[in-house]
Amino acid sequence: MSDSFAVMIVVATIASGIRLATPFLLASLGEALGQRSGVLNLGVDGVMLLGAFGAYYTVLQTSNPYYGLLVGISIGLLIGLFYGFITLNLRAEQGVSGIGIYLFGLGMSDLFFQKFVGTPRPILPFMPLDIPVLSGLPVVGEMLFQHSIIVYIAFGLVPLMSFVLHRTTYGLNIRAIGENPEAADSLGVSVMATRYSAIIIGNGLAGLAGAALAIELGIFQQNLTNAMGFIAIALVYFGAWSPKGVMIGSLVFGMVQSIVLQCKTFGVIPRSASDLAAMAPAVITILALVIVAKRFKQPSALTKPYVRGG
Amino acid sequence: MFVKIEPRSEPSKAMKYLSPLIAAVLMLISGLIIFSLLGKNPAEAFHAFFVEPVNDLYGIGELLIKASPLMLIGTGLAVGFRASIWNIGAEGQLAVGAIFGGYFAIIFYDYSGLFILPLMIAAGAVGGMLWASIPALLKTVFNANEILVTLMLNYVAVLLLALLVHGPLKDPNGYGFPQSVLFGDSAILPVLVEGTRLHLGVFLALGGVIAGWVFLQKSFTGYQMQVAGLAQKAATYAGFKYKKLIWIGLLSGGLAAGIAGVLEIAGPIGQLLPSVSPGYGYAAIIVAFVGRLHPGGIFLSSLLMALLYLGGESGQMNLDLPSAVTGIFQGLLLFYLLAADFLIHYRMRLDRSRLEVN
Repeated sequence: MSDSFAVMIVVATIASGIRLATPFLLASLGEALGQRSGVLNLGVDGVMLLGAFGAYYTVLQTSNPYYGLLVGISIGLLIGLFYGFITLNLRAEQGVSGIGIYLFGLGMSDLFFQKFVGTPRPILPFMPLDIPVLSGLPVVGEMLFQHSIIVYIAFGLVPLMSFVLHRTTYGLNIRAIGENPEAADSLGVSVMATRYSAIIIGNGLAGLAGAALAIELGIFQQNLTNAMGFIAIALVYFGAWSPKGVMIGSLVFGMVQSIVLQCKTFGVIPRSASDLAAMAPAVITILALVIVAKRFKQPSALTKPYVRGG
Repeated sequence: MFVKIEPRSEPSKAMKYLSPLIAAVLMLISGLIIFSLLGKNPAEAFHAFFVEPVNDLYGIGELLIKASPLMLIGTGLAVGFRASIWNIGAEGQLAVGAIFGGYFAIIFYDYSGLFILPLMIAAGAVGGMLWASIPALLKTVFNANEILVTLMLNYVAVLLLALLVHGPLKDPNGYGFPQSVLFGDSAILPVLVEGTRLHLGVFLALGGVIAGWVFLQKSFTGYQMQVAGLAQKAATYAGFKYKKLIWIGLLSGGLAAGIAGVLEIAGPIGQLLPSVSPGYGYAAIIVAFVGRLHPGGIFLSSLLMALLYLGGESGQMNLDLPSAVTGIFQGLLLFYLLAADFLIHYRMRLDRSRLEVN
């Protein structure tokens, strides 16, 4: 194998790893925001599926992937509103209500798909958006600067979210409410409004993640996400609730997937090995959970509904 | 707002038992709305979904067969849920139970005897508990969140089952299909009622529910689980060993799910397949909650949930609805229940003072 061919494969693998990491990153940034405010959402996978279907159907009808993204986000925002009502107003057990969202989303997206589409038809995926000058750079250009817009959005959100969480009053409020809602409340911060906003934005990002996935793949099918939403939740723990940590986790998972895909394409590994590789994300997550549990503390008020004077 | 929400001085007993009924009725209404939006006649759809599947003896048998794993797992999970130990991993524990039980069915394929079934069930129980012991160990030693660990282990277990059925446990004469041999007669649960598929496993599941009832309602440890769920700190002060309760809470779910896995492969399935459960492990979580974490209630709610599964299949055949509708109903049922539960602790009252001002 010549050197230039090897470089080409490595570049392609990394570029595809970044693309594969994108839905994980969007969904886990959203989940991290919710958890920082003290709310656990186990329904990410269901939200992603509904967002994915909504985006897929929109692009099928309009041939415009940007409308698809908008629909995906909107579906997520709506579910976020609903999830906020269930967990914040009705104070439902968060570990369980998310499973309801998951089952509902899994069923509803499949029902809609069979009812309104039936046989899978491919849709127009994103055109890569080459960044001027940078995309022309050798190696790095193809690796980093020839992606679709959603990849840049997702990775751009990482510094943005860090900034919001650590440099703005809103971010301070979110962190305070996740750690000690009583204290924040006594200082006049509205626990309810802040948590609502975090959950709604978080679910919007999950919907966007689903949309990004469907449009990137150009298809929809039953259970398209195949549990990516659950991995995204795990990535929040993996990344110890920080946007940067979540990004690193998403990249690791994207790269693992990409390498497995490449190996499959070249027939380097047998089927059993790729099954084992498919287990890797879950196993890595469990190991990460153990390490994180030792080193980092989850937001103290996570999963605890806030009752004033309660 | 004319409606005022105020906390009740003590939780309402009546609402606690009414709320599952309210939830079931709301689920039904929503379902009929969804059906009519899909252009189906609601009355017809109702009949196909909820009546048709159980209007003969065979149908009743199917209902009980589907309810068995749900009531068994639901009871096992309720033990942990009472102590606020959230085992979301029954789906994986079921798969590992099926692997362990199925292994013995396969290695004793050429043998016959009464020892095989008990051995399979015991193996399944051990498998389920082993799988559940991982989150128990990680939680007690490293304080790792059991929700996430059990959830992740579901994927590992389901992939492990698929891997084994594609490889070592595959039927060598099966034309390469990913499935094990069809189990011998000694590894199949006997059918009890002529004209149905109702098998011995249904009674094992009922036995499990009764055992769960005795443990939860009559034993001191069962009482400790309850107290720990209500007030963990108080329980610790009272000298309860919370770590022990974590182990019991997770292992009981694993035990029940592992046995349920064997009941599936030795019952309706009759061999190992890459997938042995249509989401029973997740559905059982809803069963446990709708059943108020009480074995009696879990028995009833498992029948309702089983009907949703059967209705999904019937709707697929008769109304051309995707079986995914079952999941929609399951999700709706859980939402409505969680919403209705709000009324256990709070009451809504018309705010008369505001009415007068306006």
